[in-house]
Amino acid sequence: MGVSTKRLFEIIQRHEDVLLSDWMRLQGESLASRRDRISESQLRANSQNFVMAFREALSAGNSSDTSRAEWGSLRKQLEDLSKQRAAQGFSSTETALFVLSFKQALFNTLRQEFSNDPASLVESAWAATEILDQLGLFISESYLKSRESVISRQQQELLELSTPVVELWTGILALPLIGTLDSSRTQVVMQNLLEAIVAKEADLAIIDITGVPTVDTLVAQHLLKTVAAARLMGADCIISGIRPQIAQTIIHLGVDLSAVITKATLADAFRLALKKKNLSIT
Amino acid sequence: MDRIPILKIGDFLLVSVQVDMHDRLAVSLQDDLTSRIVSSRARGVLIDISALDIVDSFIGRMLGNIAGMARVLDAETVVVGMQPSVAITLVELGLSLPGIRTALNIDRGMDLLKSAIERTGAASG
Repeated sequence: MGVSTKRLFEIIQRHEDVLLSDWMRLQGESLASRRDRISESQLRANSQNFVMAFREALSAGNSSDTSRAEWGSLRKQLEDLSKQRAAQGFSSTETALFVLSFKQALFNTLRQEFSNDPASLVESAWAATEILDQLGLFISESYLKSRESVISRQQQELLELSTPVVELWTGILALPLIGTLDSSRTQVVMQNLLEAIVAKEADLAIIDITGVPTVDTLVAQHLLKTVAAARLMGADCIISGIRPQIAQTIIHLGVDLSAVITKATLADAFRLALKKKNLSIT
Repeated sequence: MDRIPILKIGDFLLVSVQVDMHDRLAVSLQDDLTSRIVSSRARGVLIDISALDIVDSFIGRMLGNIAGMARVLDAETVVVGMQPSVAITLVELGLSLPGIRTALNIDRGMDLLKSAIERTGAASG
């Protein structure tokens, strides 16, 4: 194996310019529809860096195992590239093509080099395939990773955005819930509410479920848990914004909300809250 | 063995739990508190648990027991200052402490006790 990587290194070094321009042409063809997303100069810089790092890695080691240290700088480069491509809106296939299209350019060069030595051609082609396939898999994997991190960040932001706690009056909090309540959201909602109760020294909280599309037994249980936790902190809860269909579902499901004060609208709940605090609007 | 101090403020007893509540300590608090309620003729008990980071099911049940015992001795109990994380844990454990009054802080707890005692006083008198 050591001999063939060494030979690959020599070939790349000798034909670097031809190889690079050939590869650029191939990439240009495969990315024809994406020309607006990446500039020619950026593509050229990416490609040049890749060829350089590839050559360095080949010269340093005699192994085709790309998880070894000498391939570190190339892996780092591919990671950055996949992040950049993910941000530019490329698909995973298009990102992987960056590495895979290099194969074709390299094979063209190898064919010219070994035009009358089929055994060597096959041997070095195999060595190149082995390495480039690993790199191709690596780049698509890190592309997926960077996409996943974007998704999980957005999820986190969505969670924080969708559970605001607002102070309606001194000591009266409102918690307008929007969207489906699942376990993880309930956790965030509960935590936000309890922290707001402490921070604002509130003793009344209105949970408005106008924006909750469906209330099943699980959602009802989550609501009751939130109410119980707020009560342990010394705050009473009022649930408001119960739509007629939801009232029907709650009763059909046999959910017992009798321990909680419920109101049809936020306005009614607010009126009751003011009355409980001996306040009135004049 | 260390004990949890019980302070008398007017008609009320104030129990401020500052150390981790282990089970023996909880049992001795029950003894001390009931005898103090009788000897000082207290009408209300405030239990401040703001320094507790962990409340397990045993402590939760013990708080309920104390409230029940105090009620028998004609004193109202209010638990104040529960941490948000403790409240969440108790609810997840299925302990919503139905027999206990709760308040956010000592001030609120004192107000709650006063109004509760007025109400029971009006009912009995």
